[in-house]
Amino acid sequence: MTAVAEQTGAWLAEFTAQKPAEPWLQELRNAAFQRFAELGFPTTKNEEWRFTNVAPIARTTFRVSAAGFAARFRGAEKIEAGGKCFDAARLAAEPNAFVALNAAFTDRPCVLRVPRGAVVEEPIEITYEIAAAGDRPAAVHPRILIVVEANAQCAIVERYSGEGRYLTNAVTEIVAGEGAVVDHYRVQQESREAYHISTLRATLGRSANFSSHSIALGGALVRNDANATLSEGSDATLNGLYIVNGKQHIDNHTEIDHAKPHGTSHEVYKGILDGQATAVFNGRIIVRKDAQKTDSKQTNKNLVLSDEAVIDTKPELQILADDVRCTHGATIGQLDEEALFYLQSRGIGKGEARSLLTYAFAQDILDRIKVPALKDQLEKALTEKLHEHGK
Amino acid sequence: MALLEINDLHASVGEREILRGIDLTVNAGEVHAIMGPNGSGKSTLAGVLAGRELYHVTSGSVLYDGKDLLAMAPEDRAREGIFLAFQYPVEIPGVSNMYFLKAALNTIRKNKNLPELDAMDFLNLVREKMKLMEMEQALLNRPVNTGFSGGEKKRNEIFQMAVLEPKLAILDETDSGLDIDALRTVAGGVNALRSPERSMIVVTHYQRLLNYIVPDFVHVLSEGRIVKSGGKELALQLEESGYAGLGIVDEEEAVGKR
Repeated sequence: MTAVAEQTGAWLAEFTAQKPAEPWLQELRNAAFQRFAELGFPTTKNEEWRFTNVAPIARTTFRVSAAGFAARFRGAEKIEAGGKCFDAARLAAEPNAFVALNAAFTDRPCVLRVPRGAVVEEPIEITYEIAAAGDRPAAVHPRILIVVEANAQCAIVERYSGEGRYLTNAVTEIVAGEGAVVDHYRVQQESREAYHISTLRATLGRSANFSSHSIALGGALVRNDANATLSEGSDATLNGLYIVNGKQHIDNHTEIDHAKPHGTSHEVYKGILDGQATAVFNGRIIVRKDAQKTDSKQTNKNLVLSDEAVIDTKPELQILADDVRCTHGATIGQLDEEALFYLQSRGIGKGEARSLLTYAFAQDILDRIKVPALKDQLEKALTEKLHEHGK
Repeated sequence: MALLEINDLHASVGEREILRGIDLTVNAGEVHAIMGPNGSGKSTLAGVLAGRELYHVTSGSVLYDGKDLLAMAPEDRAREGIFLAFQYPVEIPGVSNMYFLKAALNTIRKNKNLPELDAMDFLNLVREKMKLMEMEQALLNRPVNTGFSGGEKKRNEIFQMAVLEPKLAILDETDSGLDIDALRTVAGGVNALRSPERSMIVVTHYQRLLNYIVPDFVHVLSEGRIVKSGGKELALQLEESGYAGLGIVDEEEAVGKR
């Protein structure tokens, strides 16, 4: 057997054991599995995965389990399971093995449509909670497709949590129509033994406004891909906060594709690293030949609290147009000793002063969250997580 | 018993000795001015008393309220009533002035076995103190010192002092960078805080500040030692004759004359 076949063999057994789906879905599943088998799991020789070794996932025999989720939404009309959530042509050329794997096991996709002009006041909440597994670790492959039609407006909150060792391999696609306004939040609080792979792909129509907020606190091995493709005059914001300690590894790959003129994009990813944690930030910005008057800004800031934590950060700008403005910057720093002393000189203990400054570093990402209940919840989660760091 | 007793204090930064045997006694309610040219060790003395890690005490002792001050962490010194008004107040983006000051005040109150103040009581207290310093309340909601003008930063220091009510306040060149109006406001705030229970050490290069904050004692520092001590008239004498009148080389003045 080839190495690839070895890795995919266990998945084949799971795949053939799957209950057959409706013909259209089964056909796509078959195509997807074939694509996955062709690709195999990425290795660190693959530039896209250079700093993230998924061998622990490839070596594990998982039990595929239906992606159980709780969804809460008002005002968005839910499309029945017959709603297509795959683009067959794209699937055949899918570059990401995990996305293909997800499609091969898609069981109950969450497909939602926000009708033209509708303003959904309450956020659409989709929550995945993975229970502790039995003999073999569970693998879940959540798939979400949200179509926000022209001039409609909504906020989507995805949450991930669970117990024990398992794999979450989630794919979320968002199609924002002309003039649509979509705010996407993903709150990742997986167990400390979990593998979490996520792919977010947003396609923006003319003058659409999209924001993505990725808050990553959990998981042992985490890879997030967040991609946005812009049209004329659309605006994309990609924000992220990752807080890792112990031996956690997180890899954030983002791609903003300015395909048409007059697009604007803003990206701020911030990381707090402690212990022996490792993190990767790779921010690709593509400005196509036609995409004149693009305005793009990317920032990645990292606060490294220990001597052993490692961050690899890389901006990747591919600019083919000549009348554009693109800026990028990355920083890696420690807590400011002067600020620590200032706080201590006012009676605030050293541990608390460190937490306060660390929290302050993350504050502006939380400040950009527009769902008040979520912001409150995350402020509490962050305080707890930082308390864990202080120990 | 004296509030502060400094005996033969020596301190270094790296290999360089900056304080070379300081002796100073401060009793409750007294205001001591420490004057001296640049590089004489004024700010080092202030930093050592507040517990700045940069400075290493190589010998000597400091008793504060009968306790070994040098053995205490900076936060414990603050909780026991020491306050340093920074020469360069630090900007801390992301931490609101209000949150910071409330946390500081409640830690200090806890140490005094006083109940923590709730948001309402705290707000009433700070409003009153802000009036004293002619500060706008909007500054409370801004991050600590971030985007403040030089004058606002210095006023914020004295405002914090007014809220935290220390037993020993150390003002490190609080007059530097202030125009005369701001200087009057800051000095007015400091004077309002003078009391028989509060001692102050006012570190300054210039005599100007001492027209507004009149000290009980003036000490002249040169090359890490106190070379002359006297009453407030010593400051006036310095104003007339300069540090050179005492046979001290002031680097800044020397440069100016060249």
